[in-house]
Amino acid sequence: MERQQDYVLRSVEERGIRFIRLWFTDVLGQLKSIAIVPGELENAFEEGMTFDGSSIDGFSRVQESDMLLQPDPNTFELLPWRGDDSPVARMFCDVTTLDGTPFAGDPRHVLRRQLDIAREKGFSFYVGPDMEFFYFAQGEGGRPTNTPLDTGGYFDLTTVDVATDLRRRTILGLESIGIPVRYSHHEDSPSQHEIDLRYTDALTMADNVMTFKLVVKEIALERGVHASFMPKPMAGVQGSGMHIHLSLFEGDTNAFHDPGDDAHLSKVAKGFLAGLLHHAREITAVTNQWVNSYKRLVVGFEAPAYVAWARNNSSALLRVPGSKRNKPASTRIEYRSPDPACNPYLAFAVILAAGLKGIEESYELAPELTQNLYEMTAEERLAEGVEALPGSLAEAIACMEQSELLPEALGEHVFEWFIRNKRAEWDSYRTQVTQFELDRYLNL
Amino acid sequence: MEPLLVFPDPPPPALARVLTEAGYPFRPATTSDEATRLEPEDGWAGALICSDDDPEGAAAMCRHLRKRDMPLEPLLLVVRSSHLTALEPREDLFDDFCLLPLQPGELEARLKHLFWRTGRGTRPELIEYGPLILNLETYQAAIDGRPLDLTYMEYELLRFLATHPGKVFTREMLLSRVWGYEYYGGARTVDVHIRRLRAKLSEEHAALIQTVRSVGYRFGQSRWGL
Repeated sequence: MERQQDYVLRSVEERGIRFIRLWFTDVLGQLKSIAIVPGELENAFEEGMTFDGSSIDGFSRVQESDMLLQPDPNTFELLPWRGDDSPVARMFCDVTTLDGTPFAGDPRHVLRRQLDIAREKGFSFYVGPDMEFFYFAQGEGGRPTNTPLDTGGYFDLTTVDVATDLRRRTILGLESIGIPVRYSHHEDSPSQHEIDLRYTDALTMADNVMTFKLVVKEIALERGVHASFMPKPMAGVQGSGMHIHLSLFEGDTNAFHDPGDDAHLSKVAKGFLAGLLHHAREITAVTNQWVNSYKRLVVGFEAPAYVAWARNNSSALLRVPGSKRNKPASTRIEYRSPDPACNPYLAFAVILAAGLKGIEESYELAPELTQNLYEMTAEERLAEGVEALPGSLAEAIACMEQSELLPEALGEHVFEWFIRNKRAEWDSYRTQVTQFELDRYLNL
Repeated sequence: MEPLLVFPDPPPPALARVLTEAGYPFRPATTSDEATRLEPEDGWAGALICSDDDPEGAAAMCRHLRKRDMPLEPLLLVVRSSHLTALEPREDLFDDFCLLPLQPGELEARLKHLFWRTGRGTRPELIEYGPLILNLETYQAAIDGRPLDLTYMEYELLRFLATHPGKVFTREMLLSRVWGYEYYGGARTVDVHIRRLRAKLSEEHAALIQTVRSVGYRFGQSRWGL
């Protein structure tokens, strides 16, 4: 038996853990869980746990519906909100077919594959996401609403307020489960909050993002509050984004840093930036995967709508935050379009694939754009060669379909299933008659 | 427990890793002079002689250790399987042997068996440092009597640091000694885990793990009281 597994088995015994939850993620980024009792654990390590994959979004075709969950002992953690009486632990799992081959539809596998490619080139990929979300009041019967809890604004310190207490408890819970927080504050919109996670390697961070969303929701629920990662829950105020800070390291060295450059950006960083700019429209369906995602990516609400980069321009898709002097490790790129309702495994994988492509093919990096993109006219944007991000899920799918990069990065299985699923979502949306239409057209 | 003498210096990485993971402290030496100079006050717990690169040097070390007034035991010889034919089965020179390449668990099992047979230096089960207690048998850690919820790698890192108090390690050293296998993180991973460990140790005890500027990390106080 491997030492990691032995560690988990002994800990379960010593800590009196009653249930172990085996976690995995479907293609759309929904967390799935199977609970097992300690007696099953050794077997789960040795042989994997069989489950029926046919009911999981984006998993199997009917003929191969039985699959195996292989728990990753390195991800063993006690869940913080279950109390000390009967502690519950969780482990993330890799999904394989019955013969032990990694399953092509497992998002964790898709990310692993991309990280292996990066590692062959000598790079470790680090990410640090800024997570935005809303706290809403619960309606009758615990149904979620989009009624805000408060009317605070950016950085407001709202005293005696439920949300502040929730945020504090959430951060303590996150720290105790090994998800360090960089900082947190009240965001622009009423009841909107932001918690920034300290960067770590992309696989751990994707696991962390999944855990983060659950922790935020569970702790809110304890107080009868509904936490939502919906990209744009209210018209007229800012939506929730998941800006992602990206860097590549070669061993102990930040491969993005070059002290000799104006923006402290190395050739590697510029290639990565150029790759992301070049492929941004193709990967948007993955980083912004819902109909609602595109209601956030509009002009006027601090979300990016155009494909451009700049050092300090919050209207740009890609930003290069100023790195502190003598802190080369902090040189990084911030990708601003993703929203927290994406599948983090797939989002990190396609972002990395786009960036690596730029490095590999030595894409030319366009000059930075310092104007406010929201104020530029269509002609000015055209003159500068600035493209718009897809304006709807339909447009994003069309861009994705044209891509040569994405079938490679996601694998054919995920690529095809994803497009099929998203097209169905769009078709279903198109059949709806919205309040907007009733308000405008009923008098026609 | 007292450290094991390991020949040669540096020992093969695979060997060092097994010893580290199994929690055996050791000191490498190549010459008999070094072996004498480095010997702890209470004597070596045993010796592990790897004859792979330098069979003659290894044989000389075995003779040196066994011809003393109090012959050192147990002595475990590590040899490459292709050199087996040249191996003289002389009980006066070694107590047991183990083959290269190392099989997972074999070296540890043989050491355990030898220690049991010679009734010497059984493995330590507890590491205590101030308010921190690590139980190596059950993998549990506690601070001020409060159990710590650690992931496997956090536990391994803390155990490694706590078995070498006062010593400074670079990130690369920690990565190769503690992680030792292929890992997506790279050297920055060490920083991330140190931060997580400090958070779990709580603010009060976070200083147990010190950052040594532009070098790496140290557990507990420096030997020079700095």
